Amino acid sequence: MNYFPDEVLEHVFDFITSHKDRNSVSLVCKSWYKIERYSRQRVFIGNCYSISPERLIARFPGLKSLTLKGKPHFADFNLVPHDWGGFVYPWIEALAKSRIGLEELRLKRMVVSDESLELLSKSFVNFKSLVLVSCEGFTTDGLAAIAANCRFLRELDLQENEVDDHRGHWLSCFPESCTSLISLNFACLRGEVNLGALERLVSRSPNLKSLRLNRAVPLDTLQKLLMRAPQLVDLGIGSYVHDPFSEAYNKLKIAIQRCKSIRSLSGFLEVAPHCMSAIYPICGNLTFLNLSYAPGLHGNKLMKLIQHCRKLQRLWILDCIGDKGLGVVALTCKELQELRVFPSDPFEAGNAAVTEEGLVLVSAGCPKLNSLLYFCQQMTNAALITVAKNCPNFIRFRLCILDPIKPDPVTNQPLDEGFGAIVQSCKGLKRLSLSGLLTDQVFLYIGMYAEQLEMLSIAFAADSDKGMLYVLNGCKKLRKLEIRDCPFGDAALLEDVGKYETMRSLWMSSCEVTLGGCKAVAEKMPSLNVEIIDESEQMEFNLDDKQKVDKMYLYRTLVGHRKDAPEYVWIL
Amino acid sequence: MSSENGKRLLETDAGGLNFEATELTLGLPGEPRVTSDGGAKLGSKRGFSETVDLKLGDNNQEVKLGHSLQEAAKSPVSKTQVVGWPPVRGFAKRGKKSCKYVKVAVDGAPYLRKVDLEIYNSYQQLLTSLEDMFSCFTIRNYLNEKKIDQVNGIEYMPTYEDKDGDWMLVGDVPWQMFVESCKRLRLMKSSEAVGLGLKTAPKYSSTN
Repeated sequence: MNYFPDEVLEHVFDFITSHKDRNSVSLVCKSWYKIERYSRQRVFIGNCYSISPERLIARFPGLKSLTLKGKPHFADFNLVPHDWGGFVYPWIEALAKSRIGLEELRLKRMVVSDESLELLSKSFVNFKSLVLVSCEGFTTDGLAAIAANCRFLRELDLQENEVDDHRGHWLSCFPESCTSLISLNFACLRGEVNLGALERLVSRSPNLKSLRLNRAVPLDTLQKLLMRAPQLVDLGIGSYVHDPFSEAYNKLKIAIQRCKSIRSLSGFLEVAPHCMSAIYPICGNLTFLNLSYAPGLHGNKLMKLIQHCRKLQRLWILDCIGDKGLGVVALTCKELQELRVFPSDPFEAGNAAVTEEGLVLVSAGCPKLNSLLYFCQQMTNAALITVAKNCPNFIRFRLCILDPIKPDPVTNQPLDEGFGAIVQSCKGLKRLSLSGLLTDQVFLYIGMYAEQLEMLSIAFAADSDKGMLYVLNGCKKLRKLEIRDCPFGDAALLEDVGKYETMRSLWMSSCEVTLGGCKAVAEKMPSLNVEIIDESEQMEFNLDDKQKVDKMYLYRTLVGHRKDAPEYVWIL
Repeated sequence: MSSENGKRLLETDAGGLNFEATELTLGLPGEPRVTSDGGAKLGSKRGFSETVDLKLGDNNQEVKLGHSLQEAAKSPVSKTQVVGWPPVRGFAKRGKKSCKYVKVAVDGAPYLRKVDLEIYNSYQQLLTSLEDMFSCFTIRNYLNEKKIDQVNGIEYMPTYEDKDGDWMLVGDVPWQMFVESCKRLRLMKSSEAVGLGLKTAPKYSSTN
């Protein structure tokens, strides 16, 4: 390859788009490293504290698209205090100062202030795309700044963020000259929006392909929007409550029928189930259907809807679909690849409406199934073994039995054998979440068979340190390990500290690790940040090494201790 | 306190069924059932703390349980004590929080139905839906003055029981207020309502 001039190599590298591949390319030799870094436009940083903005900019001056993730995954379940960290401001500030031509910013679980959004909107002339997932810290004022200042904005995608909605006219801040929108998703906003401004915005956005509305957008506005944007591919309906005999409903039926390109449907944040027939004409083309925000839709109406969706590849649904409803899915959705069944009543464990039966039905009817998130009442080993046989292609398998230490109700045994069958059969499994009564045995199986496993979530499982050791020794590709309420202690933690440098992060909460154990890891591995999160002020007064640590989060980093940790986080 | 209570119930009912919890009440879904001991919310199936309760008899088992479960077992309030379980995003407004199911009884019908008042925006929508459900009856509807059903010749008055236990005519108060205070609905045969002297139509019977 020395015979080729740099431009040729650059051209070849243009075809290499995956982050993993580009990272590998950069390791071949110095000259490839150099060419790769100047030509790299997209960078993914899975842990914002593993590197600094300055080093990022120094290495990749041509950066156009940055993806950053902040808080650990368990933050989604209130296990991480709000101000733990993950602030995006320093990144935007650094990028702005160095005149990077940023065009796209994708953030997950980060704290985003209005100040950051304003700075972002004013610093990058060609800024095109902002995607915020599970973020917090901003208000609609920040959105107004983005709308007003990003002249070539194509994408504003807000997914499940906590936004302080000032009910301002942020939508009206899009100037008349803004006609470039391709994707607009504000479903997570709780406040009113200026409906007239929304209609005008959609009217002047001929390239709009994805539109997800919030609860405050009523049906008659929806109908007007659909009339103006029949080219939509992805639609999120806000409010879907109306009178089936009204003029508005008739108009809606007509409008929907014109939208022949819709492949993805979500929302229904408010729904009147007796009016779903208007949707039937587009169901036959849907590849993604998300009804997980619509508890009012169940029983026969739901099943009838599903029966129209023969091309579904991804289905997100609530457990009120029931095992019977899942049977309908199994008969109808032969192309199904991904299924997510959410709990409609998460804190009443006795009321979950799906059991192992529904899952078995889907596994039998949908051979292409490769991704599962399933909240259920109970699970049996026999069912898991059957599922493993029917669907050997699982890449993601996340099972959540609402009572987390529930055994197989038929045999009263732990679910070790069932999960064992899953890992043995699904050779490509990358992500696994366990629940139910589990002993060390299941971890032996995971260590033995889950060769491609990258992320593992464990809760209320195992009998001893052996469980954790089986996993650390066996899963060579493990990147993220998150554990809560398991009897794993210092012996497991300290067995192979070098392993943690090959991983992105390790989370352990309510386990048996002690302060002394955590200190030992920190001492042996300067390339790791070992954080102790303790809000109870115990750490202030009692620095006994034998004391058990409530929450520990460790991650590899190239830039040492972070400076923005709050009081209750100790970095050892 | 509740752990003992849980034990007692499970001992007296070998099947593990908690009959008290399956008793019909008029509460909203998710509302705690007040048991005679004034204690914890008891689900119809064995929840967390009760499961833990069973295990605490075995010393070996106790050591294996994580801290959170032991805490949950000690606390007087039931299973929701464990932070972060189940692992579902807290503010994602899935679930029955926004539902309000009330029973609907129709004089002469052999069984009751349930409707979710939250899905309607007005009295008109509710009454239309009820007419759908009980399609052989005609509900007296002040809005379009349907009085007598041609087929059956029977007319019904929509009434409801409010928070104070009084039976009220549907349509007098603003829709939202009605949704909040309605506990159950009853379509009363007009013949029974004769003599109640209803001279004026309810204020909010038209679109609200």
